[in-house]
Amino acid sequence: MDPMISISGLSKTYASGFHALKDVNLDIKPGEIFALLGPNGAGKTTLISIICGIVTPSEGSVTVDGHDIVRHYRATRSLIGLVPQELTTDTFETVWNTVKFSRGLFGKRSDPAFIEKTLKELTLWDKKDSQIMTLSGGMKRRVMIAKALSHQPQVLFLDEPTAGVDVELRKDMWGLVRGLREAGVTIILTTHYIEEAEEIADRIGVINNGELILVENTAELMRKLGKKQLTLELHKKIDAVPAELSQHNLELAADGGALVYTYDTQADRTGITALLRDLHEAGIRFRDLQTTQSSLEEIFVSLLRTDT
Amino acid sequence: MNYFAVWTIYKQEMARTKRTLFQSVVSPVISTCLYFVVFGSAIGSRITEIDGVSYGAFIVPGLIMLSLLTQSVTNASFGIYFPKFIGTIYEVLSAPISFFEIVLGYVGTAATKAMFLAMIILATAHLFVPLEIAHPFWMLLFMVLTALTFSLLGFIIGIWADNFEKLQVIPLLIITPLAFLGGTFYSISMLPPVWQTVSLFNPVVYLVSGFRWSFYEIADVSVGVSLAMVGLFLGLCLAIVWWIFRTGYQIKS
Repeated sequence: MDPMISISGLSKTYASGFHALKDVNLDIKPGEIFALLGPNGAGKTTLISIICGIVTPSEGSVTVDGHDIVRHYRATRSLIGLVPQELTTDTFETVWNTVKFSRGLFGKRSDPAFIEKTLKELTLWDKKDSQIMTLSGGMKRRVMIAKALSHQPQVLFLDEPTAGVDVELRKDMWGLVRGLREAGVTIILTTHYIEEAEEIADRIGVINNGELILVENTAELMRKLGKKQLTLELHKKIDAVPAELSQHNLELAADGGALVYTYDTQADRTGITALLRDLHEAGIRFRDLQTTQSSLEEIFVSLLRTDT
Repeated sequence: MNYFAVWTIYKQEMARTKRTLFQSVVSPVISTCLYFVVFGSAIGSRITEIDGVSYGAFIVPGLIMLSLLTQSVTNASFGIYFPKFIGTIYEVLSAPISFFEIVLGYVGTAATKAMFLAMIILATAHLFVPLEIAHPFWMLLFMVLTALTFSLLGFIIGIWADNFEKLQVIPLLIITPLAFLGGTFYSISMLPPVWQTVSLFNPVVYLVSGFRWSFYEIADVSVGVSLAMVGLFLGLCLAIVWWIFRTGYQIKS
């Protein structure tokens, strides 16, 4: 399947000399949800801005649905909807007019039925005649999404869409994103809520200092890089890990009441059977056990530490 | 050509005028009426005629041109600066619109607003003094070319400005003085010879002179020279706008 977005050797150096992107190569499949993670200033917004036509690349090329973003900018931009990070709207405009304006910019005639449907989906219908300045931050964020969807894009960029948004709205928003994906829209999002990326994204890319350091299927990433821990709650507290268990990767909990065993799920042998046997032979009994897997956030932090 | 997008920008900007009707229309009309009262009645009573035209009628083309210049620059500069300032320019830049279409939308609106206002001032002036327009076609041509040229200049200022002070500095410190010293209220032939020569370096002299000729067939410089100067200035502004969009100056990083 041909990629919906293909980025090849993309670099960006600003006039200040800041190297925002360094030889980025990435293919995004049609209909997938791709999450781009990275710390502030990593290059996420620059990457999105280049694809959308707001920033000029220094080197490299980008195609959207096979069209070059520079030579065939009309074709590529027609396919793209952008929800920027900042709440930038004409605050004196009404919700209805601003959405209609966005649609018009893409060369599409006003379609009241479609705009009504979009506003209703985003629970903005009651506010359609309100000036944007009278809306709450969450409502303004919805307006930004309505504007981005107004021309029925096939690719949607969401740059930190849930920043400053309450939990309920966040859930609604992700529901909407899932709905769009089902309708075949390709979605690229950046977020600081890593657990959301873990929950919603098909694939994850990690960008740091302008370099794409990892692109992986979310489940695969969790499987490959996620460490698993087995926690054994002991019958009796101990002072130190017994010498006969020293070959195992064990840590004693601070209160001495539990042993924590970290293991690699990808290894041929996890060592759990041997550990349990050695515990039995050492006469250490446990009353409960549980396993936990590292979250995407822990993986992300670990990746960034490795990269720097 | 994305005509619908151009039309969308045009409608949006015109709607802004409706929202700010008092500031956009009523205020400049009142200011111009005050000029009539002060210059036309107070000073006009002491100057009977200039080249056979009553002073009140003589200043009408100059006042229309003054308003056309300042309104074209102000409307166009604010029109493009506002989306830059609030950040909504991203929407225009990421839409399937060419730079030419963006300019057409913003400059077209600014020129329309300025011409609309010029027409209102012309109608208002008719209430104060008897008017005759010897060459309506040339009057309209000068009006359209001036509105377009100065709207382009305003657009350039709006792109260049990165704060409100810069937005105001050229209209207030350059455009308005040039307009006042460009023969709006007098014929440059009334000046001492040295100042007549100095005045010829003021582009507004050519605009006012040509425009006044279309009313009364009297001019400080020949109408052909006036037209050529407007054309030259228009070409210069177009070249700068073309360069801005080619380089992305102050718009695209």
